[in-house]
Amino acid sequence: MNAPVTRRNAILGIAVAATSLVAPSMLRAQSAGRVVVVGGGFGGTACARALKRADARLQVTLIEPNKTYVSCPFSNEVIAGLREIEAQQFGYDRLAAAGITVVAQAATAIDAQKRRVTTSDGTAFGYDRLVLSPGIDFHPEALPGYDEVASETMPHAWKAGAQTLLLRRQLEAMPDGGTVAIAIPANPSRCPPAPYERAGLIAHYLKTKKPRSKVLILDAKDTFSQQRLFEQAWKELYGDMIERVALSQGGRVTSIDAATKTIVTEFGNYTPDVANVIPPQRAGRIAGVAGVADATGWCPIDPVTFESKLVPNVHVIGDASLGGGIPKSASAASAQGKAGAAAIVNLLAGRTPEAPRLTGVCYSTVAPGYGFSLAGNYQPRGDIFAEVEGGATSPVDAPRELRAREATEAERWFQAITADCFG
Amino acid sequence: MAALINVPSKAKRGDIIEIRTLTSHIMETGFRHTADGKLVPRDIITSFACRYNGTEIFRADLFPAIAANPYLSFFTVAKDSGKFEFEWIGDNGYSTTASASITVE
Repeated sequence: MNAPVTRRNAILGIAVAATSLVAPSMLRAQSAGRVVVVGGGFGGTACARALKRADARLQVTLIEPNKTYVSCPFSNEVIAGLREIEAQQFGYDRLAAAGITVVAQAATAIDAQKRRVTTSDGTAFGYDRLVLSPGIDFHPEALPGYDEVASETMPHAWKAGAQTLLLRRQLEAMPDGGTVAIAIPANPSRCPPAPYERAGLIAHYLKTKKPRSKVLILDAKDTFSQQRLFEQAWKELYGDMIERVALSQGGRVTSIDAATKTIVTEFGNYTPDVANVIPPQRAGRIAGVAGVADATGWCPIDPVTFESKLVPNVHVIGDASLGGGIPKSASAASAQGKAGAAAIVNLLAGRTPEAPRLTGVCYSTVAPGYGFSLAGNYQPRGDIFAEVEGGATSPVDAPRELRAREATEAERWFQAITADCFG
Repeated sequence: MAALINVPSKAKRGDIIEIRTLTSHIMETGFRHTADGKLVPRDIITSFACRYNGTEIFRADLFPAIAANPYLSFFTVAKDSGKFEFEWIGDNGYSTTASASITVE
């Protein structure tokens, strides 16, 4: 049982990942090491667990300030009143039980020379390899007028938690006949289909409770992921309740006036009853602190090892990385976390990492019992990941039974990925 | 869809103001072929002009390399209250106009 990590071990589809990396063949690393993982989302937890499974002697530290993680996947259902926030919450106890040192502090400084991370309480953690999985932050200059104060009246709900509940309360308080606007940024952004899923689920809530109301999408894009599936579903389920102003129709939002609750686009002003402003994004704050983000705001990486192109011994996974064809999703982040873990185990043992093949899957639910999906496979090509054969999108013309089945599969996917990362 | 224009409704005399325009157009280059090998004929907007109280203040010629739904933004000085008139002209007799008024104080 001394086989090297094979390509087979490095195939990181959701279905196979849980078993492929616990193979005891990987326990024979030449020397253990210290790996610090910053960020306890789907990427960071998947990575920390995969590291510990691959070599129990590795010292794995997970730095994450929040004691409870609130999942973004399925949080659109919380907004629409179909699900409670508690179903989105996960803790880190099982990671600690697996021998991972969980530090409930924020990482504040990184010294790449001395290979040291400092947390908000002043503690320093040395590392041989550092993994950053910080997710996204909002880009304050990219949308003038939209800041933390503005988000208290015009919620983004693009990081799950209090914002999710705030948007839900605003919908509940809105009178029938009102307009809910959703401002959508250009790509790259976290989970590209999710704003459109949100539009559908909000329309479901409105149709059920406030049928004279409308959803207005102000979009910085002309086309979007699974557009035909979404548009067909909206029409079928909600008639003309959802109106979308695309980029070429003047939909790009250029600024926000929080005092008057106004959304300003290139060609007009909107004062909706409920304003859900999803601002432009960049890699999470610590990426800037560490110097791994470039002028785009995202982090260029070697797609084989996820090591930063800018700072040695620092790996960046998940939404923060410049992944090329890989969408920024929970599924992709956890696949990247596992692939990054495999690469780090090899690097620490002096072996050459093998190119991973990643699988990302994305379910969208447009109404209860109405879902569809997009699955893609990705491999390194040059500096980025390119989509390779084997991907699939749900058919556009399909019976409702298939949509119902995919909605059930979506729920099962959520249970599987959260169990994989936190359970 | 009609063209979109954005002109400030009010300005102070001497202010530099931004004017934005966007018109829906496929801007077919004339270089593409269909699946059966036929050339797709060129269909583009070829010129755009803006007049401020009758005087031309901005003109642009457009070419096949310009993407669909041309978006043009430019600046001028607010001198007098009045009217901005916009005109797009293109292949196959394409022509669209729009206008907006401004109050200069």
